[in-house]
Amino acid sequence: MIRVTRSAVIDAPIERVWAVLRDFNGHTAWHPVVAESEIEGGEPSDQIGCVRRFTLRDGNHIREQLLALSDRDHVSTYCILDASVPLRRYVATLQLKRVTDGERTFWHWQSTFDAPPGRERELADMVGTGVYEGGFQGLRAYLRRARHAPDRPTASRPLAAGQTVPAQGVVVSAFGGPEVLRLQPLPARPPGPGEVRIRQTAVGVNYMDVYVRSGHYRLIEPPAVLGMEAAGVVVDVGDGVAHVLPGDRVAYACAPPGAYVGARTMPADQIVVLPDDVDEETAAALMLKGMTAAYLLHRTHRVRAGETILVHAAAGGVGLFLCQWARALGARVIGTVSSEDKARLARANGCELPLVGRDYRFASAVKAATNGRGADVIYDGLGRAAMEENLEALALCGHWVSYGQASGPLSPIGPEVLAAKSLTLSRPVLFHYTAERAALNEIAQQTFEALRAGVIRVERRHRYPLASAAEAHRDLEARRTSGPLVLLP
Amino acid sequence: MIKVYASSVIDAPADSVWVRIRDFNGLPGWTPFVAESRIEGGQPADRIGCVRNFRLKDGGMIREQLLTLSDYDFQCTYSILESPMGVENYVATLKLTPVTDGGRTFAEWSAEFDCAPEREGELAQQIGQGVFQTAFDALKTMFRR
Repeated sequence: MIRVTRSAVIDAPIERVWAVLRDFNGHTAWHPVVAESEIEGGEPSDQIGCVRRFTLRDGNHIREQLLALSDRDHVSTYCILDASVPLRRYVATLQLKRVTDGERTFWHWQSTFDAPPGRERELADMVGTGVYEGGFQGLRAYLRRARHAPDRPTASRPLAAGQTVPAQGVVVSAFGGPEVLRLQPLPARPPGPGEVRIRQTAVGVNYMDVYVRSGHYRLIEPPAVLGMEAAGVVVDVGDGVAHVLPGDRVAYACAPPGAYVGARTMPADQIVVLPDDVDEETAAALMLKGMTAAYLLHRTHRVRAGETILVHAAAGGVGLFLCQWARALGARVIGTVSSEDKARLARANGCELPLVGRDYRFASAVKAATNGRGADVIYDGLGRAAMEENLEALALCGHWVSYGQASGPLSPIGPEVLAAKSLTLSRPVLFHYTAERAALNEIAQQTFEALRAGVIRVERRHRYPLASAAEAHRDLEARRTSGPLVLLP
Repeated sequence: MIKVYASSVIDAPADSVWVRIRDFNGLPGWTPFVAESRIEGGQPADRIGCVRNFRLKDGGMIREQLLTLSDYDFQCTYSILESPMGVENYVATLKLTPVTDGGRTFAEWSAEFDCAPEREGELAQQIGQGVFQTAFDALKTMFRR
């Protein structure tokens, strides 16, 4: 029988640490070696007997069962049911204890198991160093990302029961132009199970909001609130929410619409805790567009150094991020923009060749700039009006990534059209890439990391009071803005 | 029955701290409030059942009996036989746990006792802060790296 013990002191109150560790399925958010995890059978992740099935970054698979969980003693015990590593009869107990002379927590992690002869040392090291010590570091990094409000109320002590938070919101009274947006009182109700209530300090405006307002995207039925992106501070959380606590600074970019409000109660699963170094206004300007750039460049197509990419609307919200980030990845960036001003802006952000025009004619210029070869990837938020030119501008075996349709939806495309150049067509949607919490966290962290490293930048931003949402929409539709728009409740 | 609990982190390996703690006759050497101490009947200070008889710097006399001592678990338990504090059925445990990350020590000190109801708050404060935390602070200073 091998016994492995590791322990550490975490610089956070025990309630904060326990809220993270008690979630048997939460380890993807904080443990650096865990890649993906799910609870079998959709059981709650604090149900004794529930089984988590997860994969490690090294490819190993493990199934573990929760044997005991005590919120009073801060103890969690679990065992391995089966695993692709030969850890036999593995039972582990994790316990937290309060350090009473400071806001700190003692974390004790111990397991016993058997290993095949000759592999004892290797496996003890994997568990002790890779899993336990790696976990300590991972949790510390995870907590650092959340700034601790000095007067943080505890999760178990919400406002008064049933108390609403007064706030105002912007409602689409009927499908139509910017004039249909109305400001009205919209108090936020207390959070139910799985929900969180956020006092919002900044709301992101996206072109998608225009489509929703006009009825082009049928995501709401008026009267309803607009907006897919915001940041703020958590007021309180409902039962079963462990990954955020009251006082956490958070942000989100997700459907359904409802972000144009001063306070919002919503499902907690799409909420991301902000790192200390990302302020809320930046987050509201960044989440949807930055995460879009992240998945487009790293997941839909993995951009490599030396590739030539064409970015439409290169001075737009997503466009600028695509230019900055793709350039940092070593790609050559060509862009389309609607004015000389925007061309200068795109060029300053990594776009080597901004093509100016409002006529959707760019294929010959792209070909000319690539010795007739064309672009390896096209990031296309334009849609219908650029279809033919996109096909023309792509290189053989090129990838057309259609992530938006500002000029209208694409008409049907037959496979033979793609076969003409062995093209690939992707029609990705951010919310599918972020549907799983683990993936959401990964994409969000990747975005914050790019911001931190200066790879993407949010320098110029347009601020409006929440009550002036209609004006923001007018400016956005008239192409008077470049860079993100933020509403301030 | 009321319970008092205090815990702290000492910046030294648990075995070093334990050498100090395990000497049941050693309070004058590391706490700021004990003036002198002796083991009654000339017994070894690590014999279960031995009684330490010590005088506080404020003049009070206390007799405590060692109930358990484990060098394996870095833990000892003792009871108060006589004291001026007005507590009954007082049993305390002092336990050290190694913090493998950084080679430090997690120290826990807890006590359970009975007393007059109106004195519970005062005694919990006096024991938790005045005794346990004060002693932890002394250990922290002693082992400061």
